[in-house]
Amino acid sequence: MAAVAPPTDGARRSVTLRIRRSNPAAGQGPSYSEFTVGAEPWTTVLDAILEAKRGHDHSVGVRYSCRQATCGSCGMMVNGRPRLACFTKLSELGDGAVTVEPMQNFPVVRDLVVGFDRLFRSHHSIRPYIVSGEADIAPGTRETPQSPEEVERYIQFAGCIKCGLCNSACPTMATDTQFIGPQSLAQAYRYVADTRDRGKDERLRIIDDSHGIWRCHYAGSCSKVCPKGVDPAMGIQLLKGHMLGFR
Amino acid sequence: MAREEDNRGGIRDMASPRRYGIERVAYWMMRLSGLGLLAYFVGHIYETSSILRGRAGWDELLAMTQTTEGHALLAVVIGMCVFHTANGIRLMLVQGGIWSGRPGRADYPYTPRSQNARNKIAIYSSIVLAAVAMVYGLTVMFGE
Amino acid sequence: MRESLIIRIHYATALAAVALVAVHVLIRVTQGFAESLEYESVVANYRFLPYAGLLEIILILLSVHGFNGLRVILLELRQGRRYERAVTLACVAAAVAVIAYGSRTIILMNMGAV
Repeated sequence: MAAVAPPTDGARRSVTLRIRRSNPAAGQGPSYSEFTVGAEPWTTVLDAILEAKRGHDHSVGVRYSCRQATCGSCGMMVNGRPRLACFTKLSELGDGAVTVEPMQNFPVVRDLVVGFDRLFRSHHSIRPYIVSGEADIAPGTRETPQSPEEVERYIQFAGCIKCGLCNSACPTMATDTQFIGPQSLAQAYRYVADTRDRGKDERLRIIDDSHGIWRCHYAGSCSKVCPKGVDPAMGIQLLKGHMLGFR
Repeated sequence: MAREEDNRGGIRDMASPRRYGIERVAYWMMRLSGLGLLAYFVGHIYETSSILRGRAGWDELLAMTQTTEGHALLAVVIGMCVFHTANGIRLMLVQGGIWSGRPGRADYPYTPRSQNARNKIAIYSSIVLAAVAMVYGLTVMFGE
Repeated sequence: MRESLIIRIHYATALAAVALVAVHVLIRVTQGFAESLEYESVVANYRFLPYAGLLEIILILLSVHGFNGLRVILLELRQGRRYERAVTLACVAAAVAVIAYGSRTIILMNMGAV
C-alpha cells in the first residue's frame, strides 16, 4: 500500500512561539522564550509547544494528555485569551507571533502548568453528585426514569471537563480569592436541575454566601471561552432564578 | 507544597472591557456608571443642603452648576443613570432566569445561548438610550 | 443576613428608585428646568409634604442601593474577615450618614427653617 504523501501545496509556514517561563519554587521569575516552529494548517498550539520541547528546549513545562479537548489538561492563555492548546489551531490565530502563558487566576506551578487545588476544592464543596436516599442498590431497587425534556435541562452542563478556562476568564475570579467560580456554580445548577437529585436546598445554602453565586454579575466571559459549550453563565443565572423564586 | 506564583488577573483584568465581547463591556460600564452615580448622589445631597443657608447659599450653588462644565457633567450623569437603569433591568431579567436562555444539548461550534440576540439588543439599546438622553439633557440645559 | 436577601433588597430598592426618580426628574422638566431650580420654586417643593416625602424615600432607596453596590465591589477587590467586616460596617455607616444628612435638609426645609 502506498504511503500517504504529505501535502505539497506550500501551506507549511513558520510561526514564532513565545512561551512565558517561570519556576516559582526555584525563585525564577517570569521571562519569555521564543521558538520558531513549523506550522501546517492543522497544527494546534499544543503541537507547536511539543515541537518546541522536542526540537529546542525539553525543559518547557506543559500539562497535557488526550490532545482532543476531552481531558481538560492543556488550558492556557493563548494570545491573551484562555483556550485549550489542543483545540486551538495556529491558523486561527492570524499571522503574528503566538504568545502562550499560564492560565490567569490560577497559581503557576512552573511555566504553563498551573495548580487546580482551588478549582477542585470549590467543585467538591457544591456536592457534585446525585444526592438521593434511593441511591443504594438493594432488592427491589429500580431505575429512575427521566423524560428527554428532563435530561435536556441539565445535560449541557454535564459536559464540563473541568479545564478551568471559565474561571480564568471570569472578572470576579481576577480579584476575589474566595469566589466559588463559574465552573462550580454551573455544576451546582447541573445537579439542582436533575430530577433524581434531592440535594437542592443544601446546595443553594452552600452557594448563598458572601463569595458565592451573587458575586457573579453576568459578564458572560466564562461562556465565551468554554470549549465544550457548557455555557456556565446560563446555568448560574438559572440557579439565581431558583434562589429568587422565579423558577 | 511547592511555592506557586499568584497569577490572578487583578483589578486591571477585572476592569478591562476588551477580549470578551459586548457583555463584558456592559459589565464594566455597569460598574463604572454605578460608582459615578454614587459619587454624584453623595455630591447632590451635599450641594442641595446649601439651601439651608438661604437664598444667598442657593444662588451661589446655582452659579457654580449653571456653567458649561456643570451642564456637561450633568449630561454625563444623565447618560450613566439611563444606562445603569436600562442595563440593570436587563440584568434583573437575566438573573431571574427569565432572559438567560433555555438549556439544551450543546452543538458545535457552541454559541452560548445565554448571550442571545435579546441580550445583545438590550445592551446596545441601553447605550443608545443613554446617548439620546444625554443629547436631550444637553438641549434642555443649554436651550434655557 | 444571607446574600440572597441582600440582593432582593438591592433589586427592590433599584426598581422603586427608578419609578420615584423618574417622578422627581419629570417634575423638574415639566416645571421648566431653569425655573424649577429657582430659590422660591425649590423652597415651595420642600414645603409640599408629599414631595418632601418623595425626596426622603428616594434618599433612603438610593443610599441603600448605592452603598450596597459599593460594598459588593469592595468585597470583590480584597478578602479577609477583618477587611470584609470593616467594608460592610463602613458602607452601612456611610449610608446612614448620607440619609441623616439629607434628611436634615428635607426636614428643616419642610418645617420652614429657611
